[in-house]
Amino acid sequence: MTNHHQPDKLKSNHKLISMLVMGCIGMFGFGFALVPLYDVLCDKLGINGKTANTASSYQAITIDTSRIVTVEFISQVQTGMPWKFEPQTKRLEVHPGELIHTVFLARNVSDRATVGQAIPSVSPGQGAAYFNKTECFCFNQQHLAASTSAELPLIFFVDPQLPESIHTLTLSYTLYDITDKQLASAIEQGAAK
Amino acid sequence: MMSTTTQDQSITHDDHHHDAPKGIMRWLLTTNHKDIGTLYLWFSFIMFLTGGAMAMVIRAELFQPGLQLVEPNFFNQMTTVHGLIMVFGAVMPAFTGLANWLIPMMIGAPDMALPRMNNWSFWILPFAFTILLSSLFMEGGGPNFGWTFYAPLSTTYSPDSTALFVFSIHIMGISSIMGAINVIVTIVNLRAPGMTWMKLPMFVWTWLITAFLLIAVMPVLAGAVTMVLTDKFFGTSFFEAAGGGDPVMFQHIFWFFGHPEVYIMILPSFGIISAIVPAFSRKPLFGYSSMVYATASIAILSFLVWAHHMFTTGMPVFAELFFMYCTMLISVPTGVKVFNWVATMWRGSLSFETPMLFAVAFIVLFTIGGFSGLMLAITPADFQYHDTYFVVAHFHYVLVTGAIFSIMAAAYYWLPKWTGHMYNERLGQWHFWCSVISVNVLFFPMHFLGLAGMPRRIPDYSIQFADVNQIVSIGGFAFGLSQLIFLVLVIKCIRGGEKAPAKPWEGSEGLEWTLPSPAPYHSFTTPPEVK
Repeated sequence: MTNHHQPDKLKSNHKLISMLVMGCIGMFGFGFALVPLYDVLCDKLGINGKTANTASSYQAITIDTSRIVTVEFISQVQTGMPWKFEPQTKRLEVHPGELIHTVFLARNVSDRATVGQAIPSVSPGQGAAYFNKTECFCFNQQHLAASTSAELPLIFFVDPQLPESIHTLTLSYTLYDITDKQLASAIEQGAAK
Repeated sequence: MMSTTTQDQSITHDDHHHDAPKGIMRWLLTTNHKDIGTLYLWFSFIMFLTGGAMAMVIRAELFQPGLQLVEPNFFNQMTTVHGLIMVFGAVMPAFTGLANWLIPMMIGAPDMALPRMNNWSFWILPFAFTILLSSLFMEGGGPNFGWTFYAPLSTTYSPDSTALFVFSIHIMGISSIMGAINVIVTIVNLRAPGMTWMKLPMFVWTWLITAFLLIAVMPVLAGAVTMVLTDKFFGTSFFEAAGGGDPVMFQHIFWFFGHPEVYIMILPSFGIISAIVPAFSRKPLFGYSSMVYATASIAILSFLVWAHHMFTTGMPVFAELFFMYCTMLISVPTGVKVFNWVATMWRGSLSFETPMLFAVAFIVLFTIGGFSGLMLAITPADFQYHDTYFVVAHFHYVLVTGAIFSIMAAAYYWLPKWTGHMYNERLGQWHFWCSVISVNVLFFPMHFLGLAGMPRRIPDYSIQFADVNQIVSIGGFAFGLSQLIFLVLVIKCIRGGEKAPAKPWEGSEGLEWTLPSPAPYHSFTTPPEVK
């Protein structure tokens, strides 16, 4: 009777609906695809201050003694985490290419063993790609028994290719309490066995 | 623009599905686009009053510095749920209601293309909002992280009821998507013979483009809330740095949805204003095709500007410049629209019935919101304005005096067609003048509060802001009360009043005015011929 009951109309309705539904599903997937896309873009463009989480090798690097770059260290502890955590030296003047050893001091002030994970971030973001760590406590989880402390080592060099416009690099570590996650995954693994 | 030959619409019913249920079942089971349009519009109005009541709580607390009436956590829930309700419960359903009522009549279709899905897309909405509102009464309270639910506020620090928030957003999203699919299929497949693309009324064009925006971004919102859900309850780390995620990424994903969402809430307004201004200027719309292209340009640009909400997150300078320039570019097609409306009025034979008053107020006040938007688009300036009351003033100018005013204008303009009665013009004029004065007392001083540094979403403030906040709150209470005039007017108009002719506005154009008033339950069962 009404014109949308005609079979050809119904057919073209169905075609259009399935295209639109596919579009919706596609965009739902796209929302999740933004997650790896974000990481890849940030990594390739070096824009969000994330540093590599594997050790870089220190080979065939020439030290540029004509240049001095200031490296600052700051540290934060996740709200509620019972650790003290700070850099031994807050500020260093380095030559690009020079291999530098420094130490962060961590102390578990609670009466239970805790596991921490430090997440680094470099500011300005464009400098992150030039900040190379040959050894870092952030590559691993840190276990501290109740009321103990540790010196956490960091060995790094600044790439001599660092753009001229950058004079200061600030390395920030945020320490997260991952004890519960550790426990959960240990229990899961135990159950799997 | 178009002339029609119409068969007699009011008498030729087809009788085969007419054991129509009465009472509540009529509304629960209805697949009629006019019934569903009415349901959407009433639902939207109830939500408008609910969200408005929350705004009154906010303004009452901010009437004086210090904490007087509510706990900070409850204040946060009020700002959050006020935003969610106004966006997803008031503005968007109002537009869907208008689309249901008007699009079939404007394009000469007998109904929406997918009437049963239409019933579903409305009836899941009350459930979504019941879930959202009930979370306010739960232990730990309802959502308190702002309508933008930034991680980690919505993940690490949120109340347990966040699961209900996520679920309700999912339902709202499904409802919007079904509505959008229905609109697109209706417009593409059910146009009357001769209703070519460039003859479509602007309201239909703007809704078509809005529907595509909805389909593009509502699923992304669904993805974002799903990630919040799994981060909070199932141990994933999309937004948690400790697990390798990134909280800033939340903002990127959210605003990839959020910025097109802003245009979802304003493009149908442009269509409404483009119908009303010509009618009361007694001239055709100036620059019809440029209006269509401007709408499409705004929609496309809306995908390229999301990060202007995030200038202070530490983006690289080139990204800030890119998003700044793209944002400013949007003012070009928007300017085309404002120019066209003003040019339509130029040397027109103007009259100022209530719909026209709201439309003119829309043009002036929406433009103020546009200008403050341009100020916010300037990256270095935004560092000063970010998260202050300047932003609050900006988006209330575009959403209240923009979207809401256009919905009011639409209601007045088409009420005679919907109810068969003229509304009380005197009451309408009272509603308009009370609203337009109080809304400016409410929102204009917020610009100064923001420039002076008052942060948004905080229940307390420094005493130097006290006087201006009192003025703002008084404006707020007055604006809230003024809307009750509208409620009375609509009820009076439904129950009686002067009989409306088929075409109550002499300058109005379009197929809906060829139908008698009130529009018969079934219209255009035989398609009209558009020449």
